[in-house]
Amino acid sequence: MPKYLTPKELERELRERSPESERLIRSLANCDRRHFLKVSAKFAAMAAAATVIQPHAFQLVNVAYAADAPGAAPDVAFRFAYISDSHLFSRGMTHRFAKAALKAVEDVNRLDPQPDFVLYGGDLAQLGRADELELGQQILKDLKAPVRMMVGEHDWYLDMGKKWTEMFGADHYSFDHKGVHFVTLNSVVEKDFWTAKGYTPEERMNIVAGLDDGRQSRFEVGEAQRDWLKQDLAKVDKKTPLVVFSHSPLYKYYEPWNFWTDDAEQVQALLFPFKSVTVVHGHTHQLLTNKIKNISFHGVLSTAWPWPYAPTGLPALTLQMDRPDPFDQFDGCGDGTFDMLKIGQLNANYNFWDRNPQSVTYKQIVAGIKGGGPSY
Amino acid sequence: MRSLRALFVFAAVAAAGGVWVGVRAEAPTDEWATRTVTACDHRKVVVIEGVRADEKLPPAKAQQVADLLQDLMRYCNAEVKARIAKNELITLSINGLPYQQYVPGMEPPIELVRGKSDYGERDRAIWKAELDKLVKEGDRLFHSDEIGTNGIACAMCHPHASNTHPETYPKYQIEMKQIALLRDMVNWCIENPLEGKKLADDDPKMRALEAYILTQRTGVKMESGKH
Repeated sequence: MPKYLTPKELERELRERSPESERLIRSLANCDRRHFLKVSAKFAAMAAAATVIQPHAFQLVNVAYAADAPGAAPDVAFRFAYISDSHLFSRGMTHRFAKAALKAVEDVNRLDPQPDFVLYGGDLAQLGRADELELGQQILKDLKAPVRMMVGEHDWYLDMGKKWTEMFGADHYSFDHKGVHFVTLNSVVEKDFWTAKGYTPEERMNIVAGLDDGRQSRFEVGEAQRDWLKQDLAKVDKKTPLVVFSHSPLYKYYEPWNFWTDDAEQVQALLFPFKSVTVVHGHTHQLLTNKIKNISFHGVLSTAWPWPYAPTGLPALTLQMDRPDPFDQFDGCGDGTFDMLKIGQLNANYNFWDRNPQSVTYKQIVAGIKGGGPSY
Repeated sequence: MRSLRALFVFAAVAAAGGVWVGVRAEAPTDEWATRTVTACDHRKVVVIEGVRADEKLPPAKAQQVADLLQDLMRYCNAEVKARIAKNELITLSINGLPYQQYVPGMEPPIELVRGKSDYGERDRAIWKAELDKLVKEGDRLFHSDEIGTNGIACAMCHPHASNTHPETYPKYQIEMKQIALLRDMVNWCIENPLEGKKLADDDPKMRALEAYILTQRTGVKMESGKH
């Protein structure tokens, strides 16, 4: 007669059995219903094989948030979540991009325990309009955890950030959280390409909104923010873990699509003296991993659509996600979390909506992930 | 090739009463006698004055006729009737227009130049302009929200038409339960992500979109089995 366990006991029992079960439990942390059903079936089979519990009994047990059981991840100091690149149109809550953003808010609200905060990774709006930003604000206000906002080029170039900064505050700022220094930058500053050509604000916005529109300039952090960053970091001990949020990757990946920050080297130079540095960025709508000296870089997912990997320049560390299924709106999209390890480094957890979740850990980055590509 | 054809024409002309050339008498007396030689395209005709239909052409005359036909054959689409007068004056009627003089080796009449197969810079400029116009319109549509209804444009997911893989069509598309051509996939995207109305196969917008996609993807390495 098998012994019936409480859900918590079951989690502990299974976790001790194999790395495979550990992975399964962890993957349950922020899954949606469809994925939950998939994983719970695997889970039930595993439990049955281990004779701890009968398969039919298992289905009544709610184990969805097992990863957050006390002691589940003893090396994790805290966790924050992210939602990014929602590209909202002013077409109400029933537009497909609004629905996708709502789905991400639901995901994050379901995390238990709640993340310490949620990073919004930029490009809340598609064309920088006030009604688009307001729609985004309305969607994000349902988040239970506090939100840290970052600006993207789609939010900025209609009115040069006027509405966005009115609504969400400064476009660059820093804060300290549980011994970690966080910096948020506006990395989508472009040199004036519009005045000489006489573009209207709408034309300027449309040009910047076109990823492959070569009429625009390259993104940069710019001298003013670099000076500010230098001063901000001067106050921080070099042993303090440092996390930088930027919309564009703070390195040079693919110039024609502005998967690029023109003054990346100068910004990186300010970060190199720190013992542990991680950059988390939006904009590229894909699983993306890089490491330059002591800086780890993680790209985050978009809720709206995935982007193909660029034809050249893909960092070798990136384990490419499979080509998204064009017949599935949510494939290749999603949200995710970051685990701040006690050693001051980040593990990235990609919560893909219609495929298995995937983690890119600091350990893997140091060991060297065998990537490949580009494939598109 | 050219010299072979010249030889063939010459041989045919030289053979009196040749089988393949059209030969008929146009006047009963020597004074008004003519002999007609028709080229193999049936569109170039030389009428030789002062030679009877059943008379063998002197070699020099035959060579002259062959050379003339050879010249005219460069302008394949035009219908040309040439006359070689007894005084060697050559006149041409191009596509039924009035006769005008032709001097071998000199600039041919403008009506012939327009249709000639030896295309020049101007022709190429015209073709390029026409192609660019279609591709530019495709580029505009690809980046515009006007073929959809929800603000979304093709280029939002496909910068520089990346990830469109036109080279992989036709292929069986499981979701469509049929063989899909590139235009079927374009229409699928118009109807679904863009929530628009599908385009007819011969719709100028579809032609423009296809032109843009194919032009953008020309020369991109194909990775078999990956897409």
